[in-house]
Amino acid sequence: MSDQAALTARKARLSALAKAPHDRLLALWARQGPVPAHDLLRAPEIGTVMVRGRAGSVGAPFNLGEMTVTRCSVRLASGAVGHGYVQGRSHDAARAAALIDALSEDGQAAALEASILTPLREGADAAKVARAERAAATKVEFFTMVRGE
Amino acid sequence: MDMTAMDGGFADPPREAALAFRAALQAMARPGRIEQVSGAVPPAPVSRAAGALLVTLCDPETGIYLAPSHDTPALREWITFHCAAPLVGPSHADFALGTWEALQPVSAYRIGTPEYPDRSTTLIVEMDRLDPAGARLTGPGIKAEAALNLPDLAAFQANRARFPLGFDCYFTCGDRLAGLPRSTTVTEAG
Repeated sequence: MSDQAALTARKARLSALAKAPHDRLLALWARQGPVPAHDLLRAPEIGTVMVRGRAGSVGAPFNLGEMTVTRCSVRLASGAVGHGYVQGRSHDAARAAALIDALSEDGQAAALEASILTPLREGADAAKVARAERAAATKVEFFTMVRGE
Repeated sequence: MDMTAMDGGFADPPREAALAFRAALQAMARPGRIEQVSGAVPPAPVSRAAGALLVTLCDPETGIYLAPSHDTPALREWITFHCAAPLVGPSHADFALGTWEALQPVSAYRIGTPEYPDRSTTLIVEMDRLDPAGARLTGPGIKAEAALNLPDLAAFQANRARFPLGFDCYFTCGDRLAGLPRSTTVTEAG
């Protein structure tokens, strides 16, 4: 895999882990078996990040608000380094995300993609569709009556 | 990326950062007093005391200038991972790190403005040794007088002369550090 493709895959992986519900992530991670030996480069810590937006994706950037984020960095015995950033406050989820990232960098990307990341992405897609359907059910069609003059 | 760049942060950040911050405050409040700090292990050639100062005081809002003596790829990566601080030129820096020779000319650093004298640079000067002997220090925070081996006299006398503007200095060597704020009067030992 080229550097650029590897970087894109890692971005997609970290994005899926960051947005996953903690209980779902931890349940999938627990099924993965024993936690591999690792050093904590940065122990799990809770902080906030400023979320910025652009109106219609084209306007000037504005600060939408701060959100809580937990982050963690680990290194496996093989030397592979993983970073985990998850939304909300959960030390365990941040550590699990960092370990999944490190194991993926260590050559287990395909196995983890199948066992953890694909179910997480499917769950996220299903939630998105369910929400869109709920919203669509309340859609109101506006129309203008033509007044007889 | 060099993997050692991610080692050497505080093992117990809340406690060690508080101890290092206290040491930094004491050193600046009592010019010439030598404090011990530990915890951070930065890549060579940075001393542990300077590494602890960087990790404690620097964040994404403080620009750091690395003088040529300390401008190594390993240190740049270490600062990026542990402080997330931007690396900037001397005229924009909040902190500057290097040996006294490499940090010259000191006129390149910010000294604040009359309205905001705090908008100035803090120099972290790496020393080969740090002894309470040499130049005579008097001024706020010093009961009678203190002594410290300074790398220069004229530069610190000129810095004192433009008080309340000026730069402040930390001197670091191994795991020890001392402070020299702009308010201290420096004279030759005698």
